[in-house]
Amino acid sequence: MAQTTLKSRSKNTYKPRLGRQIREKIIEFILFLAAFSSVATTVAILHILIKESVLFFQQVPIVDFLTGTKWTPLFINPEYGILPLLSGTLLSAGVALVVAIPAGTIAAIYLSEFASSKLREIAKPALELLAAIPTVVYGYFALLYVTPFLQNFFPKLPGFNILSAGLVMGLMVIPFISSISEDAMSAVPVGLREGSYAMGATKLQTALKVVFPSAISGISSSYILGTSRAVGETMIVAIAAGLRPILTWIPFEQGATITAYIAQVSLGDLPHGTLAYQTIFAAGLTLVLMTLFLNIIGHFLAKKYREIY
Amino acid sequence: MSQPNLTKLRANINRRKLINTMFAFVGLMVIATATIILLTLTIKMAIQGAEKITPEFFTSFPSRRAARAGILSAWVGTCLVMLVTAFAAIPLGVASGIYLEEYAKKNWIADLIEINVTNLAGVPSIIYGLLALGLFVYELGLGQSILTAGLTLALLILPVVIVTTRESLKAIPSSLREAAYALGASKWQTIWDHILPYSFGSILTGVIIGLSRAIGQTAPIITIGALTFIAFLPKSPFTEDFPFVSFEWLQAPFTVMPIQMFNWVSRPQAAFEINAAAAGTVLIFMTLGINAIAIFLRYQLRKGIKW
Repeated sequence: MAQTTLKSRSKNTYKPRLGRQIREKIIEFILFLAAFSSVATTVAILHILIKESVLFFQQVPIVDFLTGTKWTPLFINPEYGILPLLSGTLLSAGVALVVAIPAGTIAAIYLSEFASSKLREIAKPALELLAAIPTVVYGYFALLYVTPFLQNFFPKLPGFNILSAGLVMGLMVIPFISSISEDAMSAVPVGLREGSYAMGATKLQTALKVVFPSAISGISSSYILGTSRAVGETMIVAIAAGLRPILTWIPFEQGATITAYIAQVSLGDLPHGTLAYQTIFAAGLTLVLMTLFLNIIGHFLAKKYREIY
Repeated sequence: MSQPNLTKLRANINRRKLINTMFAFVGLMVIATATIILLTLTIKMAIQGAEKITPEFFTSFPSRRAARAGILSAWVGTCLVMLVTAFAAIPLGVASGIYLEEYAKKNWIADLIEINVTNLAGVPSIIYGLLALGLFVYELGLGQSILTAGLTLALLILPVVIVTTRESLKAIPSSLREAAYALGASKWQTIWDHILPYSFGSILTGVIIGLSRAIGQTAPIITIGALTFIAFLPKSPFTEDFPFVSFEWLQAPFTVMPIQMFNWVSRPQAAFEINAAAAGTVLIFMTLGINAIAIFLRYQLRKGIKW
């Protein structure tokens, strides 16, 4: 009797178990689809950019695109040389990094090695606010406050210039560099620091000669991230740098970046399928390849210098 | 040790200590300067825009005359776009986070997805705009609508939602999982009934921070081709007849706060500068307000849960 009840019970519980397993599998599959959507996003980005760029390069030779020194796609005699946009992009990102890398690194060293935990709790969110401000507001600052301020020192500075856009962009990039670098430095084991202190080194010597080299993997990836932020930034440059693509290496002039050009063209009502419409995708592809290149460098730097404790 | 050597050593120590103190001062100055510059600029903008921030500013449409222009269509547009973004990004992001953290086995597909999420976080925002223009606007025919903008921003903040979901799931002690399994719960039952309720707070914080980032995004929305002069509101989502809700607003053309501000900044007339300053101040308050909610939530929830 006892035997049969046991048997029947195990039979009864078997059926819901099967249902449960099927349900579990279905849920896992749905979750997998959600996770895979990020891959689909990447594929979609590449698909769109490459599809339109191929149409573009059927009409404009790729050599002209890469070596041309004039970018005038909306003129009557259009020329499609990406170099002026590239120079504007690199120049404004360069100005930004000249500000952001030293400031971000010093701030990170200070926060990780010198600051008391109380000060850190105030200073970290304060710095992160810099990244929370919408970039269109930064553009406003650059155009209406920073440029007039700079004109006090450089009277010849035009109303639209790369310098002020770059400086403001640097301010924006600081927290990206400081917070990741600080995380990397905080992750260095205390034992290394104590060893250094025991040898009579000061905090600064420890920070520069022990902690910084040990954390170089994380720090270098913060620099890469900061660079790709600066290269991909749109609004600050679109508002404050002047939208005129000139091949120049002087930040005291007007200039346009790849991103600013895309924004400028999108603002006008551009018919779908025209060559001018395709230029923004070709420019976008160039930008994606640049950031991809940066990411790959970052990946290898991080791998090469990673210290495992 | 001989006397002269000792004095030399002392001098060396003092010099190094001095440099150390000087660096500490420089470090403090760098942080202070950056935040003070930002504060000064923000306050300057707030003062300039203050005269414009009146109730009428929030209840009037944009206008060719700076004095009469307002941000009604812009803030309504921002709220509606954020609604779509939240509805799309939260389920998708949380589900991806759960898969990657709880289900994914160590194989190449999981690696591929992980590397992908990291890379997507580094893609410039304007590229998402190009994706939306090519895919949503033209290939899928969604047009330059609130739906398109909301989905675009959802894709943009997806990496943030995924990463915070994973972090919050990681923070749940494994003893909780083991207890649930020991009582015969299935994997999904464990996650749905035990893990998610505990990590709800920190996931929510991450989602809110993601949304605060989406609010300020201008470039992708410009690329879609959002209009800058919208003098009407989308149709109300609530109707008088059955079924009482309408989704027509999803297809409506729209403008959002940052676009409205950009439009005013780029006008040559000085009168619009004040409008831009006012819009910028409102925008900053919106972003900071949302961030403050997130910080408050995080603080409250950390107090409540102790492992």
